[in-house]
Order: sequence, then structure tokens, then C-alpha cells
Amino acid sequence: MLLIDPKKKLSFSRCIRDGDLVIVCEKHDTMKATKVCEISVLQNRFGVFKPSDWIGKPFGSKTLVLSHRTQILYIADISFVITYLEIVPGCLVLESGTGSGSLTTSPARAVAPTGHVYTFDFHEQRAASAREDFERTGVSSLVTVGVRDIQGEGFPDEYSGLADSVFLDPPQSWLVIPSAGKMLKQDGILCSFSPCIEQVQRYCETLRSNFTDIKTFEVLLRMYEVCERQMDCGQSDEDVSLGSPPYKRRQCSNERSKVQENTSSPVIMARPCGESRGHTGYLTFARLKCQ
Amino acid sequence: MSQNNLQSDSLQNPRVTWEGCSVLLDINDGDRLVFARLTSGSTLKIGNKKFSLRPLIGCPFGSLFQTKNGKEGPCLSRFIPSTEGNNAEEKGDCEIINESRDNRAIIDNNKAQSLTGEDIDAMRRQGAKGDEIVEALIANSATFEKKTLFSQEKYRLKKQKKYAPRVLLRRPFTRSICEAYFKKYPARIGFLRVDALSLLLSMTNVTAKSDILVVDMVGGLLTGAVAERLGGTGYVCNTYLGGTPQSMDIVRMFNFNNDICKRIVRAPLNDLRLAQSGTSKQIGTHEDAPDMESNGLTSSINMEEVSKSSEHKVTDLDPDANVSPTSKMSKAPKAGESASQEALKLWGENGFSSLIIAAPDLDPWSLVKDLLPLVSYSAPFAIYHQYLQPLANCMHNLQLGKMAIGLQISEPWLREYQVLPSRTHPCMQMSAFGGYILSGTRICSS
Repeated sequence: MLLIDPKKKLSFSRCIRDGDLVIVCEKHDTMKATKVCEISVLQNRFGVFKPSDWIGKPFGSKTLVLSHRTQILYIADISFVITYLEIVPGCLVLESGTGSGSLTTSPARAVAPTGHVYTFDFHEQRAASAREDFERTGVSSLVTVGVRDIQGEGFPDEYSGLADSVFLDPPQSWLVIPSAGKMLKQDGILCSFSPCIEQVQRYCETLRSNFTDIKTFEVLLRMYEVCERQMDCGQSDEDVSLGSPPYKRRQCSNERSKVQENTSSPVIMARPCGESRGHTGYLTFARLKCQ
Repeated sequence: MSQNNLQSDSLQNPRVTWEGCSVLLDINDGDRLVFARLTSGSTLKIGNKKFSLRPLIGCPFGSLFQTKNGKEGPCLSRFIPSTEGNNAEEKGDCEIINESRDNRAIIDNNKAQSLTGEDIDAMRRQGAKGDEIVEALIANSATFEKKTLFSQEKYRLKKQKKYAPRVLLRRPFTRSICEAYFKKYPARIGFLRVDALSLLLSMTNVTAKSDILVVDMVGGLLTGAVAERLGGTGYVCNTYLGGTPQSMDIVRMFNFNNDICKRIVRAPLNDLRLAQSGTSKQIGTHEDAPDMESNGLTSSINMEEVSKSSEHKVTDLDPDANVSPTSKMSKAPKAGESASQEALKLWGENGFSSLIIAAPDLDPWSLVKDLLPLVSYSAPFAIYHQYLQPLANCMHNLQLGKMAIGLQISEPWLREYQVLPSRTHPCMQMSAFGGYILSGTRICSS
């Protein structure tokens, strides 16, 4: 929840109230946002829960098995963009390609309370559902969604020379560069997100006339898993072959005390996760040249 | 946006330098990075000459300066790069397809250049500009025409850097400060790379009106970054064990105004715990003056402050002590005051919104078990460390103690690309390591 309203600040005494939006962590990879209200019911694979039961309980209470891994795939990109675009409270940010709105929430939080994000999408329906999402997550006072074909028409003239940062996510972002150049303040920063390297090449060529400090990055996050294992010292006992998996040996050793001396005490170990995201997109940043 | 909003924004986010402000000077496109304070007396050494920084005062960030032989001697003058250079590059891009030259006939025997050092000095004395010298060198090189277009570009750039060095005036911001330190003095910031720092800020929801508890043993970079995102609201409380707080020098480079500086406070861990346990014992102020005394000498803070560390080679930093301590300039606002009693009480009652730890030399678990109780339930936390094992142990202990959920250890990976026509590929140099982060959410273990 965005803490714009000081009355809603997180604290020990802050309990879940009717009307609050809470995030329920269900299991490994699912998180759901649910609005708590007296009569609603949350149905999931674990059964039926009445969110009204949570009213009065402090935030952070554990009701289900918890550990999550959602949306982490893009958090590396989003967090990097916010820092590299130098977005701080009070900034004016223009965005093209609202899409699902998941990327817009972060700059919105970063410009709070005095800044603003103007985001544009050419798809009327997407813009409408994005507006609803922003209402729900509490950032609607900081975001204005416009329906506009940025690639064809550019950004609205009323923001000329006022933008601190511009973020582009349309398929042919190089077409928007001249307009972005008009919108940005001197030394303002432009960022474009492109999945394909050809787009990046085309984009960078167009950038060179008016922009400087051009940098292209890939950002990824590598996860680690942590477990407690008993590592065998390598001496096999006569009944278990060397090829059997470690856990099997541990089972045997639990039954027979004479095998104890062959195993060491449990140790905490970490290793990278086998599954990983290989690519999200290329992030290209540039600063508007000083005139 | 109303006019008022725009004005207040520019006050918080100024885009033009002023006397006494802190700047980052980028010499020759990243070859040399120098933090400096712009006063009428401060200077910058390039080659074997000293240049006054006075012409930089009042210019917009992002301005480029070139060395020039002015009437009063060598000086820095502002220039706007022409678009001609770009046209040449565009023309070059077309020619690349028809490039038939290569270097088979070029012999590297140091005899290609017919201009001597004396010739160049003579040109300088006659007032020739740096660019003119570069052109003369190119004209007098026997092998220049035989080089491929790429080689010609490289040659021109090399000569330009030597004879017509450029200084870029950069705004100190989380990004530029972190990158500069990571490049030149990474140990000072615990090898905290800019993408790792960004993750710490995002994972812990650092936004306006939050109260963030921080353990910053990376020179103040983390504190500064958090304060920047808070924008003058909320608080960033830098806590420390024992009696003396750690240095927060880097905070001074951010050009924070009074509003933001007031939000950066310090409190010893004991005081925070006492406040929470509701003890009405008098919490005394500790001897945390050492870092703050330097605020009185802000006028003499020049490149020196960055070069103080004895563990680093200071090859690109001038021991420039030319700034007179008596020069009149606005005193930089103070950051890092002791937290007030009211603030301590408030945090004791409500807890902090989130916790960030960047203490590469300390064990994460021993810190977290004392600090997590100070943070509100359902609040996020993130711990940065250079080593995996201590974080793994910490994560395990948190799980056993049911103190947190959503625990996760991640390692940020960052790769830069060179994007040029027919020459696009990842950069040859790459930072292989930016640290590990353990993140999670505190829960109420009831």
C-alpha cells in the first residue's frame, strides 16, 4: 500500500480494517491482492477464507504457508530504471506504453507526494483498466492516464521542457525520440525498454543527434536457494552403494548409530537456483544535450 | 502543474550550479572522475596546468568545457559541441559498408607523425586551439589515410583527449555518485554496485513519508540514496552500535537542501531499543561530533576529501589544497543530527517502515536479530552483503525463529552493451560482482 495518507502509516498498532487492500501470500509463487470487506469471501486452492476474519488482526499475521516469488522477474529492471532515470519526489515523468500499468506504479511512488506521472496508451480499454488499478493501489492522485498514439503524434505540447524523465516502451521507440527531446528539461534522462537488439540499434542511431551519455544495459537477478544438509564424509557403509543419493544415506544413518561417524553435522548451504530468467529486455538510457 | 510546484521542484532538484555546490567533474568521457566543490578559489589540475573552476558556477549541469589559452592564461571555457561531428559520423556509417581498407601496410615504428613536440608547443604559444592541434596532427600523419574508419576515429579521439581535453559538469545524484565510487574506490562503498543499491531501495519501498532504519557502513552512500528518495519527508535514521557513529562523508556530495538534511538523523542502537521498551531513562547525546565538525570547513572540502583514504592510489586525484578556508560561501546544511526524543518515542511506539542494512564487515544475523524488532510488522527489509554464507545462515535463522516471510537471497547481474553500427556487442569490461541481497518481510510471530 502506498503510504500517502499518514493515518494509514504502517505501525505495530495498525490493524487490518474494512476496506483495506491486503496482499495474501498463498504459496511459493502466488500472491493475490484482495480487498477486505465484511461480506467478501476469498476462495483459493486451500479452501474458503473469509477476509472479514482478518479484520482486527495486525498486519503481518501469518494465516497461510508463506514464501513468495512473484513479479521478481521485473523488479531488477524496474528498480534500476527508477534510479537511473533519477526519479525523486517532485519529478515530472512521462511514459509511453502504459500496458498493464505494472511499470507505472513504481515511478508514481518515487515522485510522491509532489510529482506526477503522465502515462499514455493508444488502447482505450487498457488505459481504462490501468486507471482502475491505480485507484486500487492508491496512486491515482499521482498518475494521469491518457489515450494517445505517442508514436504517431508524440507527447502533448503542454509538457514541453517540463519533463525530468521519459520512459518509452512502444515497439518503435525511435519514432518517439524527437518528441521526447522536446519534452525533456536540459540534462533530463530518457529511457527505452526493448526486447530485441535490432530495435536497440535503430534506437541508438536516432539518439545520437540530440542526446549524449548513451548507455545500454541488461539487468537480471539470480536467485539462491538455501537448505540444511548433512554432507557425507565419503566413507560408504557396507549396505549402501556409493551411487545412492545423499538423502537415502541419511535415512540409513538415522537407523543405525554405527554409521554416525561417517556423516558430519548438518550445515547450512546455498546454491543458485537452477531455473533462471535469461532475458527481459535491453534498457537504453540517454541524457538530453545541453543547448 | 502550477507555477509554484515548478519552482519548489527546481529548488529541490536544481539543474544549474551555484557557488558552493558539490559537483562531479567527468574528464575525457569517464577517464577521470573528480568530486569538487565550486568556489571562486577552487581549481582542477589537467595535465600539468591548474584551471580555475569559477567559469563553471552558474552553468547548467551537463555543460561541457574545453581547455583554452585565455588572456589570463589557461582556463576552462564552456562550449557546445557542434552537430558537425555527428554528420561526419553518419557519413562514416555509410562508408563502413564499403570499407576496403585494413592495416596490412601500416608499420608501427613511431615514425608516422611528422610534427614534433616543439612544433606543437609553438602552435600553442601562437594561441592555437586544442582542436586545431588535433587536426594538424592528423594532417601530418603519414598513415592516417591508410587506416580504417574505425581506427581513424580512435586516433582522433586519442589525440583529442590529450590536446583538447573536455570536462563534463555532472550533477551528483545517487546514480553518478555510486558509479564514480564503484569505478574508482569500490572498497569505500563495500562494492555496492548501482543496480544492487537500486534493488535495496525498491525492495524496501523507500518512498516519501516513510521512516527508514538504516545501518550504513558504506560511507553514507546508502543514507544519501534513501534521503534522496524521501525528498524531505519521513526520516532516514542511521543507527550504529557502540558509542561512535560511522562516517557519512558521501552524504555531503548530494547537494541536499535544509529540508532533506533535517530528515537524516542518527541514533545509537541502544537508544532505539530503550525507546521501544518504554524506559523513561534519560537518553544522553553521545560523542558523535567527529563527523559533523567538518561541516564548519565545507569551504575547504575539495577533491581532498575523496583522497583521504590511505589505502588507495590517488593517481587521478589532485592533492589540491588551493581553496582558502576563509573564502566566503554558503555553508552546506548539516545532516546527521541526533534523532530527537519525540522521534525516538514515535519509532518506539510504531516501529520503522522498513530496514536496510549495508554493513559488509559485520555478521548479518547478529545485526538483524537486534534490529528487526524495531521495525513494524509486515515491513520489508533488505540486507546487502558481499558474502553468501553469512546471508544463508541469517536466512536460516530467520526461518527457524519465524521472524520473517518471503525470504530470498538474490544476486544482481548487470551487463553494459556497446551499441554502434556493425560494432554492437557487450562491453569488453564487465563488473562480475555486485554483492548479494537477502530480502524479506517481518511478521508478527503470534
